[in-house]
Amino acid sequence: MSVLSARDLRVWYGTSRGPVRAVDGISLEINAGETLGLVGESGCGKSTLGRSILGLLPRGAVIDGELLYDGQNLTELSQRDFRRLRGPEIGLIFQEPMTRLNPLMRISDHFKETLEAHESSLTDEEIRRRSLDALGGMGIPPTRFRQYPHEFSGGMRQRIMIALTLVLRPKLLIADEPTTALDVLVEAQILQILGDLKKNADTALLLITHNLGIVAESCERVAVMYAGQIVEEGAARTVFSEPAHPYTSELLRSIISSKTTELHYIPGAPPDLADPPKACRFHPRCPYAMQVCAAKDPIEVRAETGQRVLCWLHGPEEEIPPGGKAPLEREAIAVAEEA
Amino acid sequence: MQKKPELNGTLLEVKDLKVHFPLRGSFVERLVGREPGSVKAVDGVSFQLQRGEVLGLVGESGSGKTTLGRALLRLAEPTEGAIVYDGRDITRVEEREMRSLRRKMQIVFQDPHASLNPAMDLETAVGHPLSIHGVTKDKVDMRRRVSEMLERVGLAPADRFLTKYPGDLSGGQKQRAVLARAIMLNPDLLVADEPVSMLDMSVRAKILELMIGLKDEFDLTYLYITHDLATARFFCDRIAIMYLGRIVELGQTEEIFANPRHPYTASLLRAIPEPDPAKGIPRDLPRGEVPDAVTPPHGCNFHPRCPRAFEVCGWEARDVRDLLEERWAGMAEQEFTREQALIGDLDALDEVSEIARVPSTEGVRSRHVVELLERIRREQPDTRLWKGARSIEEGGKEALIQFHEGLEPRHLVVDSVEVECHLYDDEARGRAEEHAREGLK
Repeated sequence: MSVLSARDLRVWYGTSRGPVRAVDGISLEINAGETLGLVGESGCGKSTLGRSILGLLPRGAVIDGELLYDGQNLTELSQRDFRRLRGPEIGLIFQEPMTRLNPLMRISDHFKETLEAHESSLTDEEIRRRSLDALGGMGIPPTRFRQYPHEFSGGMRQRIMIALTLVLRPKLLIADEPTTALDVLVEAQILQILGDLKKNADTALLLITHNLGIVAESCERVAVMYAGQIVEEGAARTVFSEPAHPYTSELLRSIISSKTTELHYIPGAPPDLADPPKACRFHPRCPYAMQVCAAKDPIEVRAETGQRVLCWLHGPEEEIPPGGKAPLEREAIAVAEEA
Repeated sequence: MQKKPELNGTLLEVKDLKVHFPLRGSFVERLVGREPGSVKAVDGVSFQLQRGEVLGLVGESGSGKTTLGRALLRLAEPTEGAIVYDGRDITRVEEREMRSLRRKMQIVFQDPHASLNPAMDLETAVGHPLSIHGVTKDKVDMRRRVSEMLERVGLAPADRFLTKYPGDLSGGQKQRAVLARAIMLNPDLLVADEPVSMLDMSVRAKILELMIGLKDEFDLTYLYITHDLATARFFCDRIAIMYLGRIVELGQTEEIFANPRHPYTASLLRAIPEPDPAKGIPRDLPRGEVPDAVTPPHGCNFHPRCPRAFEVCGWEARDVRDLLEERWAGMAEQEFTREQALIGDLDALDEVSEIARVPSTEGVRSRHVVELLERIRREQPDTRLWKGARSIEEGGKEALIQFHEGLEPRHLVVDSVEVECHLYDDEARGRAEEHAREGLK
């Protein structure tokens, strides 16, 4: 059952150079109790997508399309309504735990404030119990309930932030690079906790990250974003073992893992979203680009391996004009054209 | 693709180096003359760097790796020990002299944006070392040199980049410019502190490739500081693993990866996220985080988190606090309340001591605390801490846990790998076996 479904979602930012199409026609479903990984390089629009679900887009952003949560279209929601939704329905885990806790407030007061804001009928005793439960689940001992944020280490603060989000029992959790600021061992602890969420609660998780290793280890499904679009989406196992989109396979090849024996990278840089390439946005960097890729917008199809993919290599055949499959000749990309 | 380095002599030797940062302490503490202590960022590190080698210095935040890198260039002042560069002890040379030595020793930082002056165009920034060190003052000569270097690091055509400001560049381009500036004076040693950590995955490979190219072309020796073992494996000839101010393991890269000796290294290796959905997140990694470097753990620094710690690793009072808190974190409220009611303020355990004095609450007999501790031990017999406990006794208003004497890990060479861990120390193991016979039954 889907918790959230996006249909042809668009988010544009107005700038002096014209509209920047950060999210440009995205369709995506997140199911109850599922972990969906959203990956892509900086500037591909993945954080914008996360923010649009939370109603946290900056002023000057225009949103269009459909974003259905529990029968309501979030794109039409007022800020007032969003405030009721954020927290008890859709939770958010930020990247930098150090900056999100008030240094002058005890941990207990953070919980009290959060719970009182959303569930005003709770008694103090219930607030205490709910808070300690949430903290205990994150491995924070009750003896430290009344301490201040500076008395905790970075990893503990991130766990406190997660507890603070979970104490409201949201149905959907958006985690934007939740472990980027943390060391590998602490990162593994946090990922473990996030992975356990679906076992204990029916919380769906949208995990936004640039780290494909994290997605591989903790997500069932993955959506790969490039230049404002989802270019491939499917079961994590399939996407990682048999990537359908050339961007996905190139990205996978360019990861430096402990098995890397040879460096590989994608030439060029992700495009300027104020003026993205015509037709397929990846064609200037794609090693398999064909004539059609520079001429016609790709159409979403199912690859033979089952994932959704936005690439002419997978058809549909009948839409490719005669001669469209001939290789595309391009200028060489300069070394320094990079992100 | 890595060439075997031509090892011709030692470029840098570090002997038992310590870098401690004194704490200022509060006004009252200074008034009564109490020692405020110090942060032991680097606490007795020795290694050699061969010419043409890439040595990786790997550790988590708080391990002291950045301080060590800075200390080599005397950007942080050594407290003790020696740094010998090219046969010359530079530990105490004057800053004036040091400045000229830095022509040969350069450093690249993690954040390329912070490393470049936003108001300086690339020509001025990359040419800056030339004017600072008085290599050339001639505008035309300077432009020629800068242009050549920009093209070499891939910022080509140089004409397009000479007039650019950092704000016009992407992260990768900025790091290229920073590398160009570092190489400008043709140094011997480049300390690279997380040079690719802030860059996107797809750009990291390009910058690493550039660094490999520069090394071969300019005969550089690298100290590559990182928290990322995957890039270190690819890039380094040897790897040193740092934990809380010490190098706990040092050896050839292949050997470290194939056969990690130190339990900390082994944990780090297993924690690397791999793009392989079949792998899953390892579940039995060390808990907690790198402890405070002001009062590091007794004995072995890693013992509180170590999955293989045993009798002599340095068990102490603070470990008992961690044990109790960890237990209570996962507990039903009633049970927790019952246990906590017996035990007084846990702050009493915050001391470096081989006797843990677990206080009982006012009016509770210490016998009840002893019984509780015994019960915890029965319930969790595999907890490493109990290996270290010699006895649990009543003592007035406290329960006393006496631990076996903790030993400082010695510097050992196991096969070709240097390691600081009691697991490889026959004497420590022998002592532990004796303790095991006389310890708690």
